[in-house]
Amino acid sequence: MTLLLAASFDPPYWLSTLIKVLVISAVVPTTALILGMVFLFKIMSWMQSRLGPQEAGPRGTLQLLADGVKFLQKEDIAPDGADLRVFRIAPLVVLMSTLLLYVALPASMHLVVANLDVGVFYVLAVSSLSVIGVLMAGYGSASKYSLMGALRAAGQLIAYELPMVLAVIGVVIQAGTLSLNGIVVQQADGAIFGWTGIGFPYILTQFVGFFIFIAAVQAELTQPPFDMPVAESEIVSGYQVEYTGFRFLLFFLAEFATAFVFAGIAAVLFLGGWAVPWLETSSDWYYVLGPAVLFAKVMLVSFLIFWVRFTYPRFREDQLQSFAWKFLIPLALVNIVITGILKVVL
Amino acid sequence: MTAVSDPQSVSALAAEATDNRVNLDFETEGMTLNMGPQHPATHGTLRIIAKLDGEQVISAEPVCGYMHRGYEKLTEVRTYPQINALINRIDWLGSFANEVPFILAAEKLMGVEAPPRAQWIRTILFEMSRIANISLFLGDFGLQLGGMTAGFYAFRDREWVLNQIESATGGRFHPNFDRIGGLKDDLPKGWIESSHLAMARLLAFCDEMEDLLIGNEIFQARTRGIGVIPAEVGLSYGLSGANLRASGVDWDLRRDSCPPGLVYDKADWKVWTHPDGDCFARTWVRLQETREAAKIVTQLLDTIPSGPVMAKVPRIIKVPEGEAYVATENPLGEMGYYVVSKGDLVPFRVKIRSASFNNISIVPWVARGAYVPDLISILGSLYFILGDIDR
Repeated sequence: MTLLLAASFDPPYWLSTLIKVLVISAVVPTTALILGMVFLFKIMSWMQSRLGPQEAGPRGTLQLLADGVKFLQKEDIAPDGADLRVFRIAPLVVLMSTLLLYVALPASMHLVVANLDVGVFYVLAVSSLSVIGVLMAGYGSASKYSLMGALRAAGQLIAYELPMVLAVIGVVIQAGTLSLNGIVVQQADGAIFGWTGIGFPYILTQFVGFFIFIAAVQAELTQPPFDMPVAESEIVSGYQVEYTGFRFLLFFLAEFATAFVFAGIAAVLFLGGWAVPWLETSSDWYYVLGPAVLFAKVMLVSFLIFWVRFTYPRFREDQLQSFAWKFLIPLALVNIVITGILKVVL
Repeated sequence: MTAVSDPQSVSALAAEATDNRVNLDFETEGMTLNMGPQHPATHGTLRIIAKLDGEQVISAEPVCGYMHRGYEKLTEVRTYPQINALINRIDWLGSFANEVPFILAAEKLMGVEAPPRAQWIRTILFEMSRIANISLFLGDFGLQLGGMTAGFYAFRDREWVLNQIESATGGRFHPNFDRIGGLKDDLPKGWIESSHLAMARLLAFCDEMEDLLIGNEIFQARTRGIGVIPAEVGLSYGLSGANLRASGVDWDLRRDSCPPGLVYDKADWKVWTHPDGDCFARTWVRLQETREAAKIVTQLLDTIPSGPVMAKVPRIIKVPEGEAYVATENPLGEMGYYVVSKGDLVPFRVKIRSASFNNISIVPWVARGAYVPDLISILGSLYFILGDIDR
């Protein structure tokens, strides 16, 4: 009954906008905290045969919260030669790009801030905005390490943005729509050789695209093996080196919230998103089930991302360029051609 | 050991090789990057002034001395047993290995020889400190190349060796166990069995490192063909130890000129070399050395003779007048002490030849034309300990 009420709840425009803003501003830090806690602290510790945080909260689960409070207490320091306005805005620009990404991520048919018809296009467009913030941070910090980190990030953007776009095109061709919800519905309504048991997750045909997408996400998040912009043993955390306290916390939040949202987009594009195989996509149960299912898949994809992060050494910047241009992009193009031919033939 | 035939041709070769790596035609206005003294890749307080063209290193100049503690001067006002406690701190990762050449030099001057059991235990502990040193290198090099997990694995498995050193000597990092004429104590009960276990763990750790790091494609892409040091250039810069063996020079003091007091000839082992001379070769040679060290320890544990661990030496040690130089193959390379005695309680002068100082002197040559990330690979694979550079 309450579910039906929730479904028929139709607030005025200003109220719905307010609710959406509040929800997003609550969801973004929460997801970043969850990923940071589960993967950065716990899973990483277990992979490296240590215990991880133990003291704050039950079994150390509140450690990240304690760290956040610590960051808030720190003095806000800016370097002497810094371009103050640029320096201060930069973390906000990076975080803004993350917030914009959350706008299009559907947690069910209706649990989405803006159900865009060109959702895929929008997501790929706003995700690259974060590099502007990174460049601002590198330029504004007036530090050579920051500058090198920012330039590396800019170079990296061009290298990985193209494979990411091309990898998604395969899915778009197969689904015939640019809407993220449309892609979920297409997968849920699909069938594997007539068997409709689990719908048709596109990873079965687009596994090459999935691989390229995850590799590009890894580069977008500046995580190993593509963490050259923040390489701590070379350029001492790159563009983040001059930031302290709250502004550093913003970078941290943005990184992990972006990891979450990209894992979510990968789940939507390749793993069937919020849909449950035996339930009609129009069912009201998705107000509850959708976020839970999506969350489970996000954790699965995140595990993959962070597993690679904790295992591999990092590439050199020029090695990333040749990896992207000589391997990922040709592979993605071949994938598009094959997908296109099969789409027409079948 | 091949001699440098013609120093002139070597320097000409070196200059040509470095110029080939830098594209002088498109050189733009450079940037001077000051790495250190607090940079994470410098193991402490080394400073590197790098002139960059974009990301390419035009010149890199290491500046050392931030950690100079004046050991050579301090030795002149300390008695021989006191010096032993002091020089533990030179290469702090393999401390016991620092004591041995100094004690051997003093024994040589005094004409004392340690009993066989002491020589055996000395060699075992020497190799254990080599393992403690190099296993950390394997993890730390991974850490510098971005592979976090390798570092933690190294710290975890290094504990096995440190525990053995601690239970035998009482000190995890700074044993201060070696004495003129033998050792401070005999081994504790059950130490030999637990050492066998520790060595088995260490061999498993080497296999794990080979899977996780050395065999990794990205690791190989970052190290193969990077920082190549030809054998002639390495010899002319005075490189020693694994850095030189990685350039194909088959030279190991343990085998070639082992000083009396160590029993390397009683074990069956192999000196590994690699023809490439790049960062990968240096890592690979060190990995093999860790395995060989574990092999030496295992063999010596089985053949350890019985008897006393201390020869008859006077209670107050006065070293007769004379000069002696004893060098051993330490974890970082050749380490030697030139001891000059005037027949006093304290040495007149001690000159310490530590490997790292020579090993980083090649950095300006080998870093020219490399990229900034390659500079990290080169510094990491040359493997220096700051205490060993500055003393």
